Parts: sequence; C-alpha cells; structure tokens
Amino acid sequence: MAEMEIDVRGQTCPVPLVEFRKASKRTSPGDIIIVKGTHPASKKEIPMASEAMGLKVLEIKDKEGGKEWEIKIQR
Amino acid sequence: MGEKTVIVLHSGDMDKVYSALIIGNGALAMGMEASIYFTFWGLMRLKKGELENGPLSKMNMLGLGRLMIKQRMNKANVASLERLMSDFKELGGKIIACEMTMEIMGIKKEELRTEWIDEWGAVGTYIQEARDANITLFI
Repeated sequence: MAEMEIDVRGQTCPVPLVEFRKASKRTSPGDIIIVKGTHPASKKEIPMASEAMGLKVLEIKDKEGGKEWEIKIQR
Repeated sequence: MGEKTVIVLHSGDMDKVYSALIIGNGALAMGMEASIYFTFWGLMRLKKGELENGPLSKMNMLGLGRLMIKQRMNKANVASLERLMSDFKELGGKIIACEMTMEIMGIKKEELRTEWIDEWGAVGTYIQEARDANITLFI
C-alpha cells in the first residue's frame, strides 16, 4: 500500500481539486493520498469529490493555526 | 454510463474561457466526464497562440481592464488557460471544434491546436454529446 502526498499550498480554484484527481488516478485501490493546501473551498470540495467517487476520507485537519489544511484519503 | 458535463463555449472572452475550463476541470475532478464544444468566438481561442488572448467580456477598456485583471489573477496565483487546458486533456476531457465556424471564418485545420481537438462536428455532435449529459451549459 503506497502513500502519495500532494502539496497544493498557495494554489487556488480549480488546481487543488484537479491535482487531487490526478493523484487519485495515479494510485491503486487501498493507497493513501495526503493533500496539503490553503485554498478554503477546496477543504470542503476535496472530501465532496472523494465521496462522489467512492473514496474514503480518513482525516481532515487544520494546521498553522487554520491557515493550512491537510486531508487524508484512501482510494 | 458515468455522469457527464457538456459545455458550449460560444464566447472567446478571456473570463468566459476561464469559466468553461474551470467548470470542465471541476467536473472531471469530481469524477464526471466532460466535453467542451468550441464554436464561433470560442473557436478563435483554439487557433495557435490565441488561447490566452481573448478580451475581457466587460470593462476591457481597449485592453487596460484586461491587463489589470491579469495582474490580479497572477497575484492570486490563478492557473493559466494553457495549464487548465493541459489539465483538462490529462484528466480525459474532450474538445470538439465546430466545423461551420471554421467555414464561416475561413479557418483551416492546420491553423488550430489540433493536438487538443478530439472531434470535429456540428450541432448534431453537440446534441448527441449532450443527450445523456447531467449538466449542459452555454457560455
């Protein structure tokens, strides 16, 4: 089971969502994708996209006093 | 069959090309299929070197307004249209070019970015594409 980390800190709509989708295409079932970002809407939308595609959201956490977030998803 | 978004891009205005490519990418990223049908002024943006060159739909002010918006977009780190197009293609998005526009405007295939174009067609192609779509937009 592999782990893939994508860093989209500083990126805005639609890049975080698009980069997350690219990562989910490159991984295999069971793999973990960690997305690090700052764009506020993507923090909601990446979990929405995950659910729509049947991926499991394992964790959503705020970092750097709420300025950054990190989402862990299992494919 | 999966869910699908089909967009008609009639406008060649920079801000509207952004809308089409952002929505198209969003649909692909959320697990849908997506196609964009480039017609009329929109098709002009598929000419070599023209993707980024559309005017602003409002307050263009002979390009001054456009320049200001471009600067603000750079500051906000908004992706270029080239980047959005390349993401769209990478995620499996489909580009359709309107043949009637080509005839009216006298555009030849070799003048267009053919590496992006998956299909050449007319209204029937759009209808067939949109027939089973969940979302269809005219921009």
